[in-house]
Amino acid sequence: MDWNFISQYTPMYIEAAKLTLWIGVLGILSAIVIGLLCSIVQYYKIPILSQIVSVYIELSRNTPLLVQLFFLYFGFPKIGIVLSAEVCGVVGLAFLGGSYMAEGFRSGLESVETIQFESAESLGMNQLQVMRYVVIPQALAVSVPALVANVIFLLKETSVFSAIALADLMYVAKDLIGLYYMTTESLFMLVLAYLIILLPISLLAVYLERRLRYAGFGN
Amino acid sequence: MNKNIQLSIKDLVKSFDDNRILNGISTDIKKGEVVVVLGPSGCGKSTLLRCINGLEAINGGHVFIDEDEVVHNSKDLPKIRQKIGMVFQSYDLFPHKTIIDNITLAPIKVQHRNKAEVTEEAEQLLERVNLLDKAKAYPRQLSGGQKQRVAIVRALCMHPEIMLFDEVTAALDPEMVREVLDVILELANQGMTMIIVTHEMQFARAVADRIIFLDGGKIVEEARPDEFFTAPKTARAKAFLKTFEFDAKKKEMSREAV
Repeated sequence: MDWNFISQYTPMYIEAAKLTLWIGVLGILSAIVIGLLCSIVQYYKIPILSQIVSVYIELSRNTPLLVQLFFLYFGFPKIGIVLSAEVCGVVGLAFLGGSYMAEGFRSGLESVETIQFESAESLGMNQLQVMRYVVIPQALAVSVPALVANVIFLLKETSVFSAIALADLMYVAKDLIGLYYMTTESLFMLVLAYLIILLPISLLAVYLERRLRYAGFGN
Repeated sequence: MNKNIQLSIKDLVKSFDDNRILNGISTDIKKGEVVVVLGPSGCGKSTLLRCINGLEAINGGHVFIDEDEVVHNSKDLPKIRQKIGMVFQSYDLFPHKTIIDNITLAPIKVQHRNKAEVTEEAEQLLERVNLLDKAKAYPRQLSGGQKQRVAIVRALCMHPEIMLFDEVTAALDPEMVREVLDVILELANQGMTMIIVTHEMQFARAVADRIIFLDGGKIVEEARPDEFFTAPKTARAKAFLKTFEFDAKKKEMSREAV
């Protein structure tokens, strides 16, 4: 192992990690918003919209992120929409993650019994108050494990961004291998970089799940 | 409308698909009156309460609380519902909130009352049902009877004008039934207007000002409790009451066995 090489190119990895995280965070936040909206549309069975959401969910879950990115990066310019690689990354991640998040929220919403609505309604709460104070807190406690698993899954999916010339971690590693044949060192740093990003999130998830279970069911 | 009438039900009809559950129910309930609804299972007792609270869309007739009509999913319904307290068979406390938060949530968020004032009232009510020490506990740490008493307190804290009880002791162990019924009896003594659906006949007789006997979605008999239990007028009410009686074991038979 060439430690000099490693220390020399660490700043490059840090830059790439920042980009990966930045796009990951934006994409995942958008995915959460999309997922929440989709799950509410499906939960209330809003006509037409809920059919559109169903089609979207199947489309998004049954195509690989790489294909979705190619579609955005190489396909869209053909109809006159040119997006930068960064925007494609965020949009692609949001498109893919939205459906996973929607399914996660849905499982939580469906776990709340109807009688909880009725007892909240019978206390004079309106629909919004019922959702906000009674249903969503209980639904979240059930959803969180699935949502956190999605966050980790999506962060790992960012590794295909290099295919559309985004200078993410994977891109830097491949670049260094191509330039200097320092395969072991480059891949070692790649693994380390992903672990540094993902491990704290996994640990935070364990803590969060415990806290939410406490909040959700009083134990 | 007569000023003393709190709740007025006119020709109420409710069907589920082709199945007519309530078939033209009409009655007025006066301020402070305690009405017990009896009837065989499936006769529409619970559905009647759910229609009064607007939890079900009705297919015909009207329900009025004071001058306000109860209409399922109407914009004014949350406002009108504040006048109606309802307690369900399965208690249905909010599992993610402590007992005190269960009670104070709606008064604070819906009625925008002062938190300190509501908390103080909630504690007084909990004290009355001997559960003040459980204020910080979560619902799952309570027994069925305790949860049901909290559910009653939660409804009371909204200052309802009328309380609906839907078989509130049906899911409880026998020794816990009493503690819940005592709370309801105390409310009756304080002059709360109530409609109670129950299968506890002795309790019904003790608490009721009037018995409504439902069968096949209609009011078959309406009477004062002493009349109803000692001399029911209709054959169906007689048959219903008969199911709660047990003949003593015949002495001749037991002698033969010896």
